[in-house]
Amino acid sequence: MTFWITQALNGISFGMLLFLLAAGLSLIYGLMRVLNLAHGSYYILGGYVGLAVMRATGSFVLAALAAAVTVTLVGIVMERFFLRRFPEQELPQALLTFGFLLIFADLSLWIWGGTPQTLAKPELFERSMRFGAIVFPTYRLFVIGVGLVIGLGLWWLQEGTRLGAMIRAGVDDAEMARGTGVNVGFLSTAVFALGAFLAGLGGVIGGPFVGVYPGADFEILEMALVVVIIGGLGSLKGAFVGGLVVGLLDNFGKALFPELALFTVFAPMAVILAIRPTGLFGAR
Amino acid sequence: MTALEVDKLSHSFGGLTALADVSLAVAPGERRAIIGPNGAGKTTLFNIITGILRPSAGRIRLFGQDVTRLPTHRRAQLGLARTFQISTLFPRLTVLDSVLLAVQGLDPARFALYRRRAAYDHLLERAQSLLTDWGLADRARRVTRQLSYGEQRQVELILALAGAPKVLLLDEPTAGLSPAETASVADMIRRFSRDTTILLIEHDMDVALDLVDRVTVLFQGRVLAEGSKDEIRSDPKVGAIYFGTDDA
Amino acid sequence: MKTRIAGGAAALAVLIALPAVLSSYQLSLVTKMLIFGIFAMSLDLLLGYAGLPSLGHAAYFGVAAYTVGLLALRVANNFWLDFPAGLLMAAGVSALFGLFALRTRGSYFLMITLALGQVLWGIAFGWRSLTGGDDGLPSVPRPDLSLPWALTDGIPFYYFVLIFFALAIGALALIVSSPFGRALVGVRESERRMEVLGYDVWRYKYVAFILAGLFAGLAGNLFVYFNGFVSPSYLNILFSASALLMVILGGSGTLLGPAIGAAVIVGLENFISGYMERWVLVLGIIYVLVTLFAPNGLVGLVRQRLGSAGT
Repeated sequence: MTFWITQALNGISFGMLLFLLAAGLSLIYGLMRVLNLAHGSYYILGGYVGLAVMRATGSFVLAALAAAVTVTLVGIVMERFFLRRFPEQELPQALLTFGFLLIFADLSLWIWGGTPQTLAKPELFERSMRFGAIVFPTYRLFVIGVGLVIGLGLWWLQEGTRLGAMIRAGVDDAEMARGTGVNVGFLSTAVFALGAFLAGLGGVIGGPFVGVYPGADFEILEMALVVVIIGGLGSLKGAFVGGLVVGLLDNFGKALFPELALFTVFAPMAVILAIRPTGLFGAR
Repeated sequence: MTALEVDKLSHSFGGLTALADVSLAVAPGERRAIIGPNGAGKTTLFNIITGILRPSAGRIRLFGQDVTRLPTHRRAQLGLARTFQISTLFPRLTVLDSVLLAVQGLDPARFALYRRRAAYDHLLERAQSLLTDWGLADRARRVTRQLSYGEQRQVELILALAGAPKVLLLDEPTAGLSPAETASVADMIRRFSRDTTILLIEHDMDVALDLVDRVTVLFQGRVLAEGSKDEIRSDPKVGAIYFGTDDA
Repeated sequence: MKTRIAGGAAALAVLIALPAVLSSYQLSLVTKMLIFGIFAMSLDLLLGYAGLPSLGHAAYFGVAAYTVGLLALRVANNFWLDFPAGLLMAAGVSALFGLFALRTRGSYFLMITLALGQVLWGIAFGWRSLTGGDDGLPSVPRPDLSLPWALTDGIPFYYFVLIFFALAIGALALIVSSPFGRALVGVRESERRMEVLGYDVWRYKYVAFILAGLFAGLAGNLFVYFNGFVSPSYLNILFSASALLMVILGGSGTLLGPAIGAAVIVGLENFISGYMERWVLVLGIIYVLVTLFAPNGLVGLVRQRLGSAGT
């Protein structure tokens, strides 16, 4: 019983991390039709910057902030100076982001070396809590909390604010949106920045339990893609549900069938592709 | 037997009803105009007839055969052709290559992984004679996206004709054309053989009524009226829905 | 047309004569270029002709390589068994993956081919008992065809590969100029139009997908013989991405562009890896530069200079 609960909580917390990344990916695709493959890089850059700031200041909050801001700036530069040159052309944009994924992957290897590292947890959450027989690291609960708060925040942003309405309008029809005075260019940069912010934040939040190491960018990108395939590209709900599904499957898979772990994640992906290729909540 | 028959067709998605209980029957060789204000459901009707959209209810029959469940390409093979309001031409192919593809579409050899000289020459001949018949022979080597808009609309028509269709759906063939170009295209349509049954969506009432025998009027997804040109011209219901939105 | 045949004959003559002028190291590099030329051309069938951007094409390359490697090492080093088996596996896996991937288009297709490729990579990586995991399968022998020239020598092996290269180009040329090939281009330019003209668009894409997988498998077969080694890296995203870059750099939708792109990338990688470890960085930069400045590839640039009307 304890095993199931622990694994479930682990899976949910990992799922929340995946949600942060998938939400960014989905938002960016939803509005700009850009498949941002450099999203994995945003994660790892966030992790490395966070690590450096943590080492220098010992403050988790500062690390998280610095990482998120740095990555947001990188995202803005990428969108403003590179992606904007190919409006509405999905393949060149995806290729550009892929080029950046490679560039950042090698740059981070060059700058920070090949040793895997982990971020130190903030002091507040260093301990574990006991619920009867279950011992559970509070940090994981913190991650779940962050995920839920951000999820609610994004939902409110999307459904309850003017900005959200503009984003939704832009997603439905950019031409029309422009016609009604929505500054689609500014919106694109803003959404891209938000996606990058989430990913960079994810890099720091995931640092303590996923770690920061060369290849983490590819791995987390892969996972985020599976989430988005299952949940539907462009859907916030899909990113959330998909994140939970993949997080849980990945954890239980690794715990129960270590050699077949990848199947437990990819089998449902194949099922979704077979019955509803655009994902659970994706637009048809 | 009717050439094309549509029986209580309905289509709705996301709470929006595009078509409700639409029925019509077109006789072989007839020219029928489908008119109605924007949003009446005309293009949706065409999309359903050609299989691009699935109806929520109703049946479609082509020369008596129920095609409701058939995919688009199978309907094409049964003799159904169509043009689109927004050009669906091949932007980077030449006019000749485009027409070749159209001619090849119903040819049994279209899946061959090797090219047989004789078969290809035959297709090439047909393509070239099509272009000559319709006056675009001198444009054969031009890349489609370099053509004028009027010429592109003509190519769109030729592509639809290439398979010698039995039923041809024309979706606003003169949209966006100058008066001279409109007259050209209207001429072209007039010259189509009566072996082909034609359904025409046309915004320009004068052009439409000039080319057809009968008219079906759609309004808000339903059939408002149907009859001969004169009947429709003098029908007060029809006049009412166009009142104030007449842009002929 | 005549100039093309003459040009082709001249190029073939040069390729045949190369062993006389190149060192064995250089010849082995050219061999590698030819193998990747086949790989890139196979991807072009998907990207340049059918308009399907796949980021997981290494899957079929790797599957063939592993099949040949495993059979040669564990069952029998019999060319007539191993080679066709490799091709069959590549075609089979692409037939399977195609069923899933072709339910989507555009960016979705890109994502899904990426993910499917990674599944295979994961299997190769994780299933140590079968594939040797991260260590791969070393010492895969070259086939013994009972010819007077041993394929273990560089020059005979070069001709061995050259023959397949010529056959591949011949087959692909036939395919793209056939009714099927022309229809593929139509599908790329306007799927909707093709449907309405009576073409079963999905079938065309599916057959193209399998053919592309088959030719990728051919390249994989040759590569495992070339290297004598197969590892999960033959299936990973970097491999797929390199192939995609070769196609784009050379010029997608042109028969030979990708082969030229392959030669350039293989040559560059060889050159740069001699001086520094930052090949991935260079690859990424080339990606960005090509997308920004030469989206039609080298062939496209040349055509622009010569003033013709593009693909």
